[in-house]
Amino acid sequence: MNSTATYPIEKEKGSKKIWKFLLAEFKPKGKILTPFNIISVPVILVGLVIIVIRFWKGIGTVTNLTQEVPWGLWIGFDVVTGVAFAGGAYVITFMVYILNMHKYKSIVRVTVLNGFLAYVFYAGALLLDLGRPWNVINPIIGNNFGTSSVLFLVAWHFLLYMIAQLIEFSPAIAEWLGARRARKILSGMTLAAVIFGITLSTLHQSGLGALYLMAKEKIHPLWYSEFIPVMFFVSSIFAGLSMVIFEGSISHKVFFDQISDKNHHAHKKIVIGLSKICAATMFAYFFLQVLIFVHGQHYNLLNTPMGYWYLTEIIGFVFVPMLLFVLGYKRNNVLAVKIASIATILGIILNRLNVTVIGFRWDAATQYYPTWMEIVVTLTVIFTEIWIFRWVINRMPVLRESPEWAKDNH
Amino acid sequence: MKIDRRNFFRAIGATGVSLALGDQISAASKNEESTDVFAILYDSTRCVGCQSCEYACAEAHNLPEPSESIEADIMRLTNENRRTVVNAFNTSKGEITIKHQCMHCLEPACVSACLTQAMYKTPEGPVIWRADKCMGCRYCMISCPFDAPKFEFHSPNPKIVKCDMCYQRTQQGLIPACVENCPAEAILYGKRSELLRDARKRIVESPELYNDYIYGENEAGGTGFLYLASVPFEELGFRTNIQKSSYPALSKSFLYSVPFVFVLWPTLLLGIHEATKNNHTKNIDEDE
Repeated sequence: MNSTATYPIEKEKGSKKIWKFLLAEFKPKGKILTPFNIISVPVILVGLVIIVIRFWKGIGTVTNLTQEVPWGLWIGFDVVTGVAFAGGAYVITFMVYILNMHKYKSIVRVTVLNGFLAYVFYAGALLLDLGRPWNVINPIIGNNFGTSSVLFLVAWHFLLYMIAQLIEFSPAIAEWLGARRARKILSGMTLAAVIFGITLSTLHQSGLGALYLMAKEKIHPLWYSEFIPVMFFVSSIFAGLSMVIFEGSISHKVFFDQISDKNHHAHKKIVIGLSKICAATMFAYFFLQVLIFVHGQHYNLLNTPMGYWYLTEIIGFVFVPMLLFVLGYKRNNVLAVKIASIATILGIILNRLNVTVIGFRWDAATQYYPTWMEIVVTLTVIFTEIWIFRWVINRMPVLRESPEWAKDNH
Repeated sequence: MKIDRRNFFRAIGATGVSLALGDQISAASKNEESTDVFAILYDSTRCVGCQSCEYACAEAHNLPEPSESIEADIMRLTNENRRTVVNAFNTSKGEITIKHQCMHCLEPACVSACLTQAMYKTPEGPVIWRADKCMGCRYCMISCPFDAPKFEFHSPNPKIVKCDMCYQRTQQGLIPACVENCPAEAILYGKRSELLRDARKRIVESPELYNDYIYGENEAGGTGFLYLASVPFEELGFRTNIQKSSYPALSKSFLYSVPFVFVLWPTLLLGIHEATKNNHTKNIDEDE
């Protein structure tokens, strides 16, 4: 009896405490005048102004989009390329939770956080590109389901996958807030979220390629094939892992103080292990590319400017980095792996832009190239994401070890 | 009502059969219907290039009056301010004028691309755009093999603009504005099957006048706009690489694989997880 009477008061005290805690956490931590801040803040401010102009005067005012090329940098890079790089989250969760490869456990949280923020921001960038964004709920609610559309599938998967990733990451939030019971419930949901997330990822990583299946004559024949969905899926594996390697090597310098000695030592092993997987999937990808090329019978196109461009992508940014990955794990050379990961990242950017922008209506009278404003908005999206990422890393147990109470055997 | 086991299975069976067959039956009847929709036959041998159709179209849809006149071999395109254009080409048979607009495909790529059903193939035939559903993603523009949908890039409340075969006029019993105002009777409105018959008859009756080809009969799986001309259509600025079958079919195999992945993946993943569970404990032992 007594406890029921006192309980509400205690609860009020508790929630007050939480508010104080949250307020304190929202204040910036660390140095303010870092090189990153000095560069990113002006870019973000200019980007916000451009976004206001875009909603006020129309998309054409700030972009170079044409009636022939209606999707430009914001879709081709922000969404299509950004999501490929976020693929690391489903690959790493597959390795840790499905294959039970314990070795990679220490990078799960940071990868999932990265993936989650990438989806939030890059799918958010999609809103900037929508002409009539107030109707964006139409495919989600109501009787406007365009179920024959690949974009309908992609839109739903983005939404559901974001929720799945939030669940995967939520134990870290619970640990930050000190919510013991919530953490227990949320970690119990991890495996289900992981399985659901991998299924969704398989479908929408390939779905982003399938978007372009109907644009058969509009994409340069060296980049169009009916297998675009398969190629997008396979390449998302090494795109995501290369991003994990690249991002990890930066995090390990910037957030040095957060990472325990044990994880520091383990990191080299992780990088070498990931390079093996990259090399294997890149070999499969390269082999498929050759098969598709031979089947397409486009030999005559190789000796054209677009043909040289194609060879640059396939040889220079797939085959060469693949060899570098092999060299890296054979010789235990982390530097080679890092260089390979950067080359792979560039190769993925090339590939996605070749399908979506450069090779799209390559024969159009007026070629599309992005305005400086489109580039600044893209940078704004990326920088804002890094700001949020840093804010989370500095507060929640992502790179650093979980608190003592939250350490269980899973 | 009491449901015993036999009745239960009977009901299940009936539901299953109707679910499996119902789709096919309705699909078959739909196909028959969709080939006999309303369509337009445009005969370029009769077209004199007067641009009356452009003026009539602009007036009917509150668009600015056309300001450019036709010049041979200068390809004007439709845009957010004009739903139809007439171009002139110097061909093997002299200067020929030809009209361009949305083709109103029988199986439109734009409609299957639209995730909000804003692009809509009406049962009557015209492909129309519905403002209250569209979110402005422009995937219809990416998918359309004819580049028909245009977008108001300079508006905060942009619309997709394209020929809608004067759907509102035809609903009121009128005929499309361009058809009504063509002084040369180059544009005909009617049932697609009848127009096709008419087109074939014209070719048979004056083989010296026509190139023996009806553009739109099979392009993109058949279109609601049919063309006759005296020269091959390549000479008139038409895309020749348009496939003769349906565009939505290109993404069908991908969409069909979705339910399979959705059922198979979770099962497989859970299976692998269970099978490799022991690795987990082993690894921990090795670490410590």
